[in-house]
Amino acid sequence: MSKVQRIAILVLILLAIIFPIISQNDYFIHVMTLSFIWMIGVYGLNLLAGYTGYLSLAHAGFFAIGAYSLGLLTVKAEMNFWPALLLSLVITGVIGFFVGLISLRTKEHFFAIYTLCVGYIIYLVIDKWDSLTEGVRGLIGIPAPANIGPLSFETLQSHYYLVLFFLLLVVLIMYRIVHSLSGRTYIAIRNSEDLAQTIGISTMKNKLTVFVISTVIAGLSGALYASFVRFIGPDIGSIAIVFDFLTYLLVGGIGTLSGPIVGTILIVVLSQRLQFLQDYRMLVFGPVLTLLIIFYPRGIVGAVVSWTQKRKASVHQPIIRAKKLPEEQVKEG
Amino acid sequence: MIFLETKKLTKKFGGLVAVNNVDFTIEQGKINAIIGPNGAGKSTFFNLISGFHPPSSGQVIFKGHDVTKLPSNKIAQLGVARTFQTTNLFEQSSVLDNIIVGHRLRTKSNLFDAIFRTKRLKTEEALCREKAMEVIEFVELEKVAYKPVAGLSQEEKKRTAFALALATNPEIVFLDEPAAGVNPDETEGLAVLMKKMTLKGITVCLIEHKMQMIMKLADKIMVLNYGEKIAEGKPEDIQNNQAVIKAYLGGGAIA
Repeated sequence: MSKVQRIAILVLILLAIIFPIISQNDYFIHVMTLSFIWMIGVYGLNLLAGYTGYLSLAHAGFFAIGAYSLGLLTVKAEMNFWPALLLSLVITGVIGFFVGLISLRTKEHFFAIYTLCVGYIIYLVIDKWDSLTEGVRGLIGIPAPANIGPLSFETLQSHYYLVLFFLLLVVLIMYRIVHSLSGRTYIAIRNSEDLAQTIGISTMKNKLTVFVISTVIAGLSGALYASFVRFIGPDIGSIAIVFDFLTYLLVGGIGTLSGPIVGTILIVVLSQRLQFLQDYRMLVFGPVLTLLIIFYPRGIVGAVVSWTQKRKASVHQPIIRAKKLPEEQVKEG
Repeated sequence: MIFLETKKLTKKFGGLVAVNNVDFTIEQGKINAIIGPNGAGKSTFFNLISGFHPPSSGQVIFKGHDVTKLPSNKIAQLGVARTFQTTNLFEQSSVLDNIIVGHRLRTKSNLFDAIFRTKRLKTEEALCREKAMEVIEFVELEKVAYKPVAGLSQEEKKRTAFALALATNPEIVFLDEPAAGVNPDETEGLAVLMKKMTLKGITVCLIEHKMQMIMKLADKIMVLNYGEKIAEGKPEDIQNNQAVIKAYLGGGAIA
C-alpha cells in the first residue's frame, strides 16, 4: 500500500467516525448505517463473484437467513444478542456449505441461474413457513444489541458505530485475504480454473471455502440489518435485494477492494437525491448501468485503477509492442 | 524404473475414439515429442496423462505409481506440470503476479494465516516470490517481470506459461504446442529453453507441428494418427517411416 493510500484510508475512517457528530441529522445517520450494512453484504458477494469468478444470485437469500436467524433466536428463543449473532452466522455458513457443495458443480451462467433459483427458494420458504417465520406479517420487535459492559447500543449513534466497526473488520479481513496466498489462489481460479488445477490447486475445496465465507458475511450483514431495523419481512430475501447488491458491486467495481464502498455510497446517495422521481429513477439507473458495463466492466474503481496504470506506463516508457500473431493460429484440436 | 508410461490408454468421446490403445514410455531427462496431423488425439493424450479427462480404459503410471484416476491437482503435486495451447494467463496482472501462485501447491498456509498474517504466511509468501523470480530468470523474462501480461508478445506469453509450470517444481513438463504462433527466430529461442530445462534435470514432453524444430530437438518421437500410435522412435527413423509419410501426405500417392 502506498503512502497516499494509507493517508486516504485514515482520512476516510476519520470522516466516518466524526460523521454523526457533524451531521446531527438522524435521517442521514440512518441512511449511512443502512449503507454500511449493505456494503458488508456487497463485500461478501465481491469475494465470491469478484475474486473467484462465481456470480452468486443467492446472496439475498443468505442475507435473509442471517436476518431471520438472528430475529428468531432473539425474539422467539429469547437469546442474548451476541450469542444469537454468532449462532446466526454459523447457521448461514452451514446452509451455505450445503448449497455451495451442489451449486459449485456448475459454472458461469449455469451457476448464476442455479443460485438465482436457490435464492428464490429461500425467499419462498421464509414467506410460506408461517409457523416459524410469521410469513408475510414479518418478525417484529427484534431487540437492539445487548450491552457490552458500559457500552449500550440503544441510540442511533451507537448503532452507527457498531455497524461501522463490523464494516471495518470485514474490510480488513477482505484486504488480508485478497493480499495473501489464499487470495492469489482464488484469483487464479477466477482467471482459469483449468490452469489453476494444473498448477496443483484443489479448485473445489477453495471455491467452497470462499462460498461459505461469502455467505457468512452476507449473513452478518443480514443480522446487523435485523437488529438495526428491528422489523424484518420476507421481502429482504427477494430477488430485488440481490440485484441491488449486484448494482452496488458493478458500479463500484467488481473484483476491487474499494468497489463495494464506492458503489453503495454512490447509488444510495443518488437514489435518495432522486427520490422525487419515484420509480422513474430506474429510467436513469438502467441506461447508466448498461453504459458502465460496456465501457468500464470493472466499475468506477476499476476504471480509475487502469487509468492510473496506463498513465504510469506511458510516463515510464513508450509503448513497445513486439509483433503479435493472431490468437487463431494457436488453436488446434 | 520406467519414468512415465501409458498402458493401452484409450479415450472415447461417445462414438469417437480419440485415443486408442496407446502404449508409450517417456524417457527421463530427455525431450520427448508427440506429433501427428490435426485431430490425431495429441491434446487428448496430454489431457489423459495430466488428469484432465479420465481415460475410458488403460493406465498411466508415473514413477511406479498408478495415477490414472487422480485429479489433475494431485498429479501436479506429484511433479507433473503442463501448459496449454492458449496460455490462459491473467492478462491484467504482471508476469510476476501470474507466476507467484505457481508455487502455491508447495505451501501450506490457509485462510487463518491470511487473516492473522501469521509468520508462516509471510515466510511462504517470500518463498513463492523467490521461486517466481528464480523461474523468471530461468526463462529470461527479467525485463518484463513487472509488466502486465496483456502487453507481452506471444513468445513472452509462452515463456510466462513455461515459468508458471516450472514454479510448481515439476519433474516433467508437458508442453502443448509451445511454439505455435511464434516466429522462426523466437521458435529457436524456445527450443534452446527446452534444452535448458532438460539440463536442469526436468523431463520435457511436447506436442508440436513445426517439424524442423522437432526433428532437431527431440530425442524421441511418437506419431499419433486417428488416435492410434503409428510410429515411435528416434527422429531419423520417424522421417523415413512409410506409415508416417502416408499419414501426413495422404495414402496412395506415389512418391
